[in-house]
Order: sequence, then structure tokens, then C-alpha cells
Amino acid sequence: MNGPSPVVILIAAIFTNNILLANFLGMCSFIACSRQIGTSLGLGTAVTFVMVMTTAINYVVYHHVLLPLGLTHLTFIVFIAVIAAFVQFVEMFVERFSLKLYFALGIFLPLITVNCAILGASLFMIIREYSFMQTLGFGFGAGVGWAVAIILMSGLRQKMRYSDVPQPFEGVPIAMCITGVMAMAFMGFAGMVSIQ
Amino acid sequence: MADKNAASCATCASPKKKGPCGGKGMLTLKDGVWGINPLAIQVLGICSALAVTNRVETSLVMGAALIFVTVGSNLLVSLLRNYTPHRIRMIAEVAIIATFVILFDQFLKAFYWDLSKQLGPYVGLIITNCIVMGRAEAFALQNPPILSMVDGLANGLGYAAILAIIGFWRELLGTGKVFGLTVLSDHWYAPNQLMVLAPGAFFMLGAVIALFNAIRGPQEEEDKK
Repeated sequence: MNGPSPVVILIAAIFTNNILLANFLGMCSFIACSRQIGTSLGLGTAVTFVMVMTTAINYVVYHHVLLPLGLTHLTFIVFIAVIAAFVQFVEMFVERFSLKLYFALGIFLPLITVNCAILGASLFMIIREYSFMQTLGFGFGAGVGWAVAIILMSGLRQKMRYSDVPQPFEGVPIAMCITGVMAMAFMGFAGMVSIQ
Repeated sequence: MADKNAASCATCASPKKKGPCGGKGMLTLKDGVWGINPLAIQVLGICSALAVTNRVETSLVMGAALIFVTVGSNLLVSLLRNYTPHRIRMIAEVAIIATFVILFDQFLKAFYWDLSKQLGPYVGLIITNCIVMGRAEAFALQNPPILSMVDGLANGLGYAAILAIIGFWRELLGTGKVFGLTVLSDHWYAPNQLMVLAPGAFFMLGAVIALFNAIRGPQEEEDKK
């Protein structure tokens, strides 16, 4: 196997190459849904699950369907279709078998289809030429990394409700600045492990 | 400026402008660039705004890509709006957007391979950029084709302008250069590497949005979407 082992990739995807703090993916829902810890926990779980599954499916689709047929220019549209179909399927499945889980996760699932972190993870997997095991490690690590970032953020934002922010910075701008500080903190992990 | 907060999320289609297209062109254009600027006011599509803005050149290319995609997809969605069943409109929109994104990506790969390499996956990620989807959903579905094209152009321009501003400052402060040409000589200016790295992007975008807020004056609904 060439390249780093799946475990290294997993750790790196959580800390040093956090998909949100280093690659800026999934910012929209990160800003919109990070007001309460409960919400971000639910969303983080859903994203992790969908990300692992879709990167794995997309790996198989890309290497066993698109490459042999020479259809790589259709990558984007096929990936997004796979993600949309998978999310739809999970939603129906969850609704059918666990109503409790459906109410906990259900509202987040449609949001995930348009979450750029999901599509981004699949595209990174292609660009970095991961093997299947590396893909699994990367998908899981990226999902957990995203969840960690959004949960930390919602904790900070809950505290921030009581602080006196300059008027133009209220809301999104201050959230951006805090994310910047978080990104700086995560850069401290940079010497630990690294992937591209 | 009346409808600045309309269409603040991609999924709630706002029935704000249902009237005929006559005379709405300029208003739509102004709204898109300033009144409801997708990045600074509605805070949509920030992923790519943060990721590609470490140099002016990539920011401009990304802006051009988004203009192309919003104009094209708005036109097509608007042309097909009376033939698309309501229930499958989302998937139809995604398919249309993806088509234009693939066109642009293939163009970059064919003629500007280096740029395509630098932008990496972010061109493909325009598909999930909330601005494109949001405009198709909130505007093109209810308006005639030409006006929708104007709206797409306006929003694309608004996005590209912010990207260019952020890209300019990040490259200038981070490396002392603009377009690769040295502006701040390193005899007296120590480039601040932080601006080119991830945290700089967050700070700069926060600052730009705050600046917009400060210029527009106090807004009562800014944080209550």
C-alpha cells in the first residue's frame, strides 16, 4: 500500500487537516446550525455517518464504473446523484424502522445533500488517490473532525450570547473571527501527523 | 433595499417579485450586487470564498466560474419553470447546475491546467454552493428568463466582487504581492504568513461582513433569520 496508513489519515483528517478549519468545507450549515449544542451534535453524527458511507460508495463507483468506462468527466454529477440518493434512502429507512431516530436526525438529512463537506470529501479522495481502506479512514476522520468543530463552536456561541460584541460584528462576523482563532489553535497540531 | 432579507435560506422560496419583468432589470442588478449581496448580507456560499482567496488570480477565476454558472442555470431553470413538476424541481435544478459546472471545469482543464490544479475540488463544489441553488429556487422559478439571467449576473458579480476584495488583501498582507508582483517590498514589510493560511481567511471574511454591516447602519433583523 502506498501513502500513509488509514489510521494516520484518520487522525490527520480530524486534527491537522480538519475539513472545516483547514479546507473550509461545510461552512454554510456550520454557521447556520451552531447555535445549540444538541443541534450540532445531531448534525455532526448525521454528517459523519453519511460521509463514511458516501465516500465508500463513491470510491467503488469511481474506480469500478466511471474509470473503466472513461466517463470521468461525469464525476461531479454522478457523485451528487449518489449522495442525494443515499440520503433519501437513509431517510426512508430511518423513518420506517426507528421513528425516534427519525425525529432526532430526520430534519438534518435533507440539509446534508447540499453540504459541501460531503461532496468535498469524495472529491478529495479522488484527487489524493486514496486506496479503499484509506478512503474509509479519511471519510470517518473528516466526518468526526467536522462534528468536533461544530460542537466546539456551538459551545462557544452559547457562551458568547452574554458577551458585549461591537455592533457591526454581531452575528456572523464574530462567529467567523472565533472560527479563525479555532483554526489557529488547530494549526498547533500541524507537527503531529500530516497528509498533503 | 426593501427586500434585503428575502431569500435568506436556500429552501424557502420567497414570492417577493411576482410582477411582470418590465423595469425591474436595474433594480434586480442593484439588489444582487449590493442590497442582498449573497456573501456579505446573506452569508451564503462562504466555503469557496474562504478556500480560494489566498491569491487574487484564483479569486477572480472562481468569481468568473460562479457568474457563468448562476447566469446559465438561472436561464435554464427559468426557461423550464413551467414544464418542471414541482416535486422533482430540486433534482432538476441540481442536474442543470452540475451541467454548467462540468462545462466550466472541463474548460479550465483544457486551457488553464495550472489554475485547475490550484483550485482543486473547489470548482466542483460550486454544485453545492448555496448561492446558485438559492437563486434558482428563489428567483428563477418565478421569473421570466431574461430577468433571471440579470439576477444571476448580479449575484455572481456581487460574489465575485467580495472574493476579489478578500483575495486582494490576503495576498497583499500575506505575501506582499498582488498578481504575483511585489508591492510591499520585503526590505521594510515582513509578510504575515497567517493571512495566506486558513485563519487569515476567517478573519478577513469576518472583517468584510462587519464592514458591510457598519456601512449599512444598524439592521434590526441581521441575526434573526
